[in-house]
Amino acid sequence: MSYIKVDQISKTFKVAKKKSGLKEAFKSFFKREYLYVEAIKDASFEINKGEIVAYIGPNGAGKSTTIKILSGILVPDSGKCKIAGMIPWEDRKKYVKKIGVVFGQRSQLWWDIPAEDTFDLLRDIYDIPNDKYQITKKNLIEKLNLKDIINIPVRQLSLGQRMRCEIAASLLHEPEILFLDEPTIGLDAISKQVVRDFIKKLNKEKNTTIILTSHDMSDVTTLAKRIILIGKGKVLYDGSLQKLKSNYIKEKTINIETNDKINTKKKGIKKVTKTKKGYELVINQDEITINQFINYITSKVTISNIDIEEDNIDNLIVKLYQDYNI
Amino acid sequence: MRAYLSYFKLKFISGLQYRQAAYAGIATQFFFGFVYIMIYVAFYQTGGKNLPMELPQLITYVWLNQAFFALICQFYKDSELFTLIKTGNISYEFSRPKSIYFLWYFKILGQRLANVFLRFLPLFIVTILLPKPYNFGMPTSPLAFLIFLVSMIIGTLLITALTVFYPIITLVTLNEKGITNILIVIADLFSGIGIPLVFFPKLLLKVSSVLPFQYISDLPFRIYVGNIPVSACIKPMIIQFVWLILLVLIGQLLLRIIIKRVEVQGG
Repeated sequence: MSYIKVDQISKTFKVAKKKSGLKEAFKSFFKREYLYVEAIKDASFEINKGEIVAYIGPNGAGKSTTIKILSGILVPDSGKCKIAGMIPWEDRKKYVKKIGVVFGQRSQLWWDIPAEDTFDLLRDIYDIPNDKYQITKKNLIEKLNLKDIINIPVRQLSLGQRMRCEIAASLLHEPEILFLDEPTIGLDAISKQVVRDFIKKLNKEKNTTIILTSHDMSDVTTLAKRIILIGKGKVLYDGSLQKLKSNYIKEKTINIETNDKINTKKKGIKKVTKTKKGYELVINQDEITINQFINYITSKVTISNIDIEEDNIDNLIVKLYQDYNI
Repeated sequence: MRAYLSYFKLKFISGLQYRQAAYAGIATQFFFGFVYIMIYVAFYQTGGKNLPMELPQLITYVWLNQAFFALICQFYKDSELFTLIKTGNISYEFSRPKSIYFLWYFKILGQRLANVFLRFLPLFIVTILLPKPYNFGMPTSPLAFLIFLVSMIIGTLLITALTVFYPIITLVTLNEKGITNILIVIADLFSGIGIPLVFFPKLLLKVSSVLPFQYISDLPFRIYVGNIPVSACIKPMIIQFVWLILLVLIGQLLLRIIIKRVEVQGG
C-alpha cells in the first residue's frame, strides 16, 4: 500500500467580493457578495515511501492548499487522505510528529531570539529526548553549516541563513515526511545549492519522503524524478520528468555555423532561418532524430560549429501551462 | 506540559526586553492613579453618604488596579499572535503536535506576566511611601493577604482564558479590531478597572453578576482591601474558579470548531 494516498480531495474558499470605489465599499457594508474559489478539485495521487515528488503549477494553482491539507493544517471539504496510516486533520497531534514542514514564505523561528533558542523550544514541543536532540542538532548544524549563525538573533540573519535554520528547525524531530513549500524562494545561487544538496542527502540517508513545491525549475530537475503538475486545482500530469520532456520537447532548435548555403526541404526540418554566421534550424524529433539530422547536414555542408539547444525546462513549463490553459 | 512551559518561558523572557514601554507604562499608571484618587477624595470630602467603600480602601483598590493594569486589562498589547494569524504564519502553529489552545494560552500568560513584572514593583514601593490619604494600604490580615494571593492567581488564569478568545475570534474575522474591540470595552467596564463595581447602579450590578469579568481583579482586590471579609469570600471564589474552568473549556471547543473551517491567509 502506498505511504501517501490522496483520494479526490477538494477544497473551496469563500472570498468576499469587493469592487473598487467608495460607492461599492459602502454597498458592501450592507450586502456582501461572495466568490467561491475552488482551490483544489478532486485531486488524487499516491506517493511511496522515500520518494521525492515535485508538486508544480502556476501561482494560485492550489499547491500550497494541498500541502496544507496534507500537513493537517486545513481540512478539505471532501475526499479522503491517508498518510502513514493516519488521516492528517483527524489524528493531527499524532500525525504532525511524523512530518516536518517548511513554508518558504513563512517563518517558524522566533524573531527576537537566536535560532538555537527556537530549536530548544521545538525539542520540548516534540518531546525529543535530550541526548537524541543533541545528536540531531549537531548533525544538522554541521550539514547545513549553521555553526556561526545559530547564536545570532534571527532578525539579523540574511534570508539564505534564515532558510537554512528554518530547514534545520523542521528536521529536529527527524520526520518521516518533509513538506517543502518553496524552500528556495528568494535565495541566491549558492544558498540554493546548499539547500538542494542537503535535501538530496537527507532523502538518501534517512529515506525521508519529500514533497516539494517550487517555481524554480532547477530545484525540480535536480531533486525530483517525479512531478505532479497541478493547474486550477486539478492534477494535470503525474509522472516522470523525463517522460514529460520527451513527450513535450519534440521540437529542437539547432544553430549551425557554416559558410555554405543550406536550402533543404527534407522531412522533419521545420524552419530554416539565416543568421549572422550560418543558420538556425528547427527540427521535429518525431520525424527526424538528432543523429539522422547531423548525418544529413554534414553530408550536405561543411560546418564549423554546431549548437544544439539544451532542453529548457522553464520553456517546457511555460508551454505546458499554455497548452493546459492554466 | 514541558512544551507549554517553554512557550511561557520564552514569551516571558522576550517580554522582559521591552523596558522602555514599561517605563512609559509606569508613568501612565501613576498619572491615572493620582487623577482617580483626587476625584474620589473630592467626592468623599464633599460628603457622600452610604458609600460602599471606605476612602483608604478605595485608594488602595485604585493603586492595585494601576499596579496590575498590564495583567488585568483586556487589551492585549502583544500583537504577535494576531500578526501570525493575519500573515498566515499560523500554519506553523497548526503543525505542532500540541494543543493550539494551550500553546496560545501560555504565550499570553507569559507575555502578561512579563508586562506586569516590569511594572508593579516600582508602583508599590512609591505608593506605600506616599502621605495619607494617597498611600497604598497594607492588607487587613495575613489570612486576607493569603486568600487574596490565591484569588489573584485564579484571576490571572481567568484573564488569560478570556484573552485567548481574541485570537480565536481573529481566526474568523482575520482582523483583531472590530468585534474584539467591542468585547474589550464591555469586558473592561464590567471588570471594575475604570469605576470600581461597588459604585455601579443596581441594574448594572445585576448584569455584572452573571458575567465573568468581575472575577478577574475586582474580587481579589476587594478581598485585599477588606471590602469583602474573609468569612464571605469562599462563595465568590468558587464561582471565580468555575468561570475559569468554563472559559477554558468553551475556548477549546470554539477553537476546535473554528479550526475545521479556518482559512490560512496568503500563499
